[in-house]
Amino acid sequence: MLTIAIFLPTLAALVIALTPRSRPDLPRAIALVFSLVVLALAAIMFVSLDRGFQGFQFTNHVTWVRTSLGGFSFQYYVGLDGISAALVLLTAFLNVVAVLVSWGIALRPKEYFIWLLVIESGVLGVFSSLDLLLFFLFWEVELVPMYLLISIWGSGRKEYSATKFVLYTVAGSSFMIVGILALGFTAHTFEIPEIMRNGVREAAIPLGFIFFALFSGFAVKLPMFPLHTWLPDAHTDAPTAVSVILAGALLKMGGYGIIRLCVGLLPQTAHDWGLAITLLGAIGVVYGALVTLRQTDLKRLIAYSSVSHMGFVLIGVGALGQLGLTGATVQMVTHGLVTGMLFVMVGLVYERTHTRQIPELGGLARQMPWIAAAFVVAGVASLGLPMLAGFVGEVVVFLGAFSKYAATTIVAVSGVVLAAGYILWMLQRVFFGPPKEQWAHLGDARHWSEWLAMGAMTASIVAVGIYPQWIIDAIDHGVVPIASRLG
Amino acid sequence: MDGFREGFAWAIFSAPLVSFALILLILRRYPRQAGYVANLAVLIGFVLSIWALSVEISRDGAAMPFHAHQWLHAGPLTIPFGVHLDGFTAVMLVVVTSVSLMVHFYSQAYMDGDEHYVQFFAYLSLFTASMTGLVLADNVLMLYIFWELVGICSYLLIGFWYHRPAAAAAAKKAFIVTRFGDMWFLAAVLLIWTKTGTFNIATIQEAAHAGMISTAVITLFALGVFAGAIGKSAQFPLHVWLPDAMEGPTPVSALIHAATMVAAGVYLVARLFPVFEASQGAMDVVAIVGAATAFIAATIGVVMTDIKRVLAYSTISQLGYMMLSLGVGGYVAAIFHLLNHAFFKALLFLGSGSVSHTSGTFDMRKMGGLRRAMPWTYATFVIGSLSLAGIFPFSGFWSKDEVLLGAWDRGGWVGYLAFSLGMLVVFLTAFYIFRAVFITFHGEYRGGEREAGHGAHGSGTPHESPWIMVGPLVLLAVPSVLSGFANINGGFGTLLNGALPPALREAHLGVNVGLAAFSVVVGLAGVGLAYLTYDLQVVSAEALGRTFRPAYVFLWNKWFMDELYEGILVRRVLYGGVCAGLAWFDRTAVDGAVNGAGATARFAGSMWRRVQNGQIQAYGFVLVGGAVIIAAIALLLNPVR
Repeated sequence: MLTIAIFLPTLAALVIALTPRSRPDLPRAIALVFSLVVLALAAIMFVSLDRGFQGFQFTNHVTWVRTSLGGFSFQYYVGLDGISAALVLLTAFLNVVAVLVSWGIALRPKEYFIWLLVIESGVLGVFSSLDLLLFFLFWEVELVPMYLLISIWGSGRKEYSATKFVLYTVAGSSFMIVGILALGFTAHTFEIPEIMRNGVREAAIPLGFIFFALFSGFAVKLPMFPLHTWLPDAHTDAPTAVSVILAGALLKMGGYGIIRLCVGLLPQTAHDWGLAITLLGAIGVVYGALVTLRQTDLKRLIAYSSVSHMGFVLIGVGALGQLGLTGATVQMVTHGLVTGMLFVMVGLVYERTHTRQIPELGGLARQMPWIAAAFVVAGVASLGLPMLAGFVGEVVVFLGAFSKYAATTIVAVSGVVLAAGYILWMLQRVFFGPPKEQWAHLGDARHWSEWLAMGAMTASIVAVGIYPQWIIDAIDHGVVPIASRLG
Repeated sequence: MDGFREGFAWAIFSAPLVSFALILLILRRYPRQAGYVANLAVLIGFVLSIWALSVEISRDGAAMPFHAHQWLHAGPLTIPFGVHLDGFTAVMLVVVTSVSLMVHFYSQAYMDGDEHYVQFFAYLSLFTASMTGLVLADNVLMLYIFWELVGICSYLLIGFWYHRPAAAAAAKKAFIVTRFGDMWFLAAVLLIWTKTGTFNIATIQEAAHAGMISTAVITLFALGVFAGAIGKSAQFPLHVWLPDAMEGPTPVSALIHAATMVAAGVYLVARLFPVFEASQGAMDVVAIVGAATAFIAATIGVVMTDIKRVLAYSTISQLGYMMLSLGVGGYVAAIFHLLNHAFFKALLFLGSGSVSHTSGTFDMRKMGGLRRAMPWTYATFVIGSLSLAGIFPFSGFWSKDEVLLGAWDRGGWVGYLAFSLGMLVVFLTAFYIFRAVFITFHGEYRGGEREAGHGAHGSGTPHESPWIMVGPLVLLAVPSVLSGFANINGGFGTLLNGALPPALREAHLGVNVGLAAFSVVVGLAGVGLAYLTYDLQVVSAEALGRTFRPAYVFLWNKWFMDELYEGILVRRVLYGGVCAGLAWFDRTAVDGAVNGAGATARFAGSMWRRVQNGQIQAYGFVLVGGAVIIAAIALLLNPVR
């Protein structure tokens, strides 16, 4: 079932490739149907994941290429634990939303949806891989489609941003592949479960170096201060759906990699790095928030707020305990929902106003009350309002980190005050105040796809916020084995 | 039986919550019905609160044995979710739901015709649910959750007329300023959970009282909690949001910014009173901040010309009184004052809404003479003012007296400082509130103002408001006269003491006749001075203002706190300094390094490209040249001997 879910989007991409050019409305319909099926499969796996049985489930294990060299083999090996199941569900959900917000794409819709679906396969593969080489393979899948999506369907300095994104990511993954190869040869296997079981004993290559190489690759993706500057550019110039996927799913690959590989496979080494990771996280939270306050482009503003929010993930990881890791993963999921929704909302506004410059906007609540209301919900979720998703991740991270790094945690808590500042100030400048004349002709959300995207995102944020246990249960299932090895 | 009772307690919280959901999901197009549903929900909450109070009276305020449920569980962490009902809770529930009921009722007329009438009642319902949830919470994290929800309701309601820039700015300011306090509250919650492993308030109280937590932790925890209370209860130096919050509709000001939400900070400190008692340092901070707030706000209230702002500063000042009382150990007195204040301040706010309903303005300089046109509003407003001024036998007299007596009995420099400032505030309070009464209701009518989109219906001749607005005024005037008698024989104290560990329970103070007489004389002096200045105009207000020009300017600018925060700290230092600096750093240094690396790579590439130009001669030249250089180096290193 997992394998089907991973490759179904690719199949959909192939089907779309076969549609005639004379039917530009077919690709989106196919994309939607397949995305919904993937979502259904992800939901079934999420629900039926056996919480009582520790270890990876829904596994598929096929040896692909066997080499005579030291018994290494290249394998197709996938499976889910609670962490990956939650992220797979998130990815599948966001992909449906991404298709919905792309409903009006008129420029070369065929290629557009093909690339969007190929990315989904890649991301699902990353979250499910149990073999390091396969992990790397899936990791690289998103690269080319992202480049094309940003540089063709984007806006502004789109080629610059797309190139920057690719070069930055490739630089990161060149570190990562060194780390993966070094780890595999040191451990004599590329299978993640086996490395977890046996640990890495002898160290031909210093484990600290392996950790550093892996961490650098993931830190770029997360992104961690000071490796974050590709993100605002990529977000600003990407089309809406790509921003949703980028913020919601792609960034999570970085956090997932840190938890699964750095902490999960090298727990002893992680101990030496805990403080540094926490500090970098706290710097990211405050620095990101302060820079966010200065932004005047809506998308740039949300992109910088992402830098701030992903700092919470690092703080949770740096605490190196069960609670911190759970919090970090919850934060990834909730950030995916909340920031994903913020990008959806920016997209809806931009489609109407054709500008994202905050000083030009104003008073839009008059013309688009529902969009304004949904934007406010997403905004206050982003600033960590209880009973909405954002709060859950933050508070669990704080509780997990406080006993270890009290002062650093309090510095990070100040991030929620700054978040209130930039979110509410943004809402005030965009939606409140007297209506402006040049926007008088604009209308509220009309098309069913817009309503569905807004509604689904809101519902998910409320559902996680009011009763987070359903998601935490699953995540805990994946975190416990990792945390138990941290000692 | 207990399960049954717990269900009732939950219903107090969930009735308005259900109303919120119903209005939002079903009744969007039915404003009348939405209003009825909201009113009905809060009525249910009120009736059940009265039931809870009667149960608690029969139990002498002891806590009900309810068990906590589990909201979130992850490894070592369990976040419970449960209700706690004791005498203190019951009193708070009655205060919240009764004032809320009056405000709901009144709003049906006041908000009539507003295009967002439905949302207004949805928000009011959500607010009532959050506030009752806050009061019922049995653990600090849940309390924090409702604390934040109350904050967001306040944001939504202050910014209700969002098209007015002042309202949108005030809403944002209120949320951010209070969140600055909330942050420390959250830090305190993190600290106490890390040290004790529990969020449960009763457990924390017992542990603190039994000396199981170190004094340093208790002090830090108490100060963090108090920082949260400073934000929510608008204490100095975070009081600046409350006067601006008057941009919201007046019923909201009455409900949130006078009677209930701002009392949440006082409630929080009082709820954790046993913890504060375990740290003398924290208690002194509470007392001093409270006394300073009471004094500062009262001085500003003296010069304001907007009737709602006078009341807003009055609220800040009175909340300072309650904090002062808690800080000197007067737990019962503080809650008693909270109770009395809730009624008379709601009355005063709704009264100010009534006068603006007819005059179209809140500027007292444009009112005047309304006493004849609005006899009911006038009479009830005067009752509220007498109560606020602490004149015998109105309710404010009794609790204010207990507060002052507590400060006097506390002694020491903190006690006497609090007492002297408190006595000064009695004079100032009486003066500013009767200044408002005389300017608004006496003299000649000065015309009012027509203001668009304000929910106000200014017209040429002032008239009394409809019965649906006057009714709540009358109903609120009753407790403003009578609620002071609740503790005349210590009955109220018994009810509240049930929430405390036995060793901390306070004896009934009684009335110190000398002190009471003195404070009433001081209050009457304030009233008299206001009468001379603003009714008889024997003393000229303008002349006074001119004579004490610097003082007047200082007060008129609210001690320049807004300029300090917004103008200097936020705009210059934070936004213009730190943020601008970091944004510049991010562009030039962090991103510059990236682009620099790219440029370097491209430059190196272009140089390399120039080398590979495809000309055989050049290659040959380089080849030969290289060979020569290598040969030369080889010769130099190994000279031929």
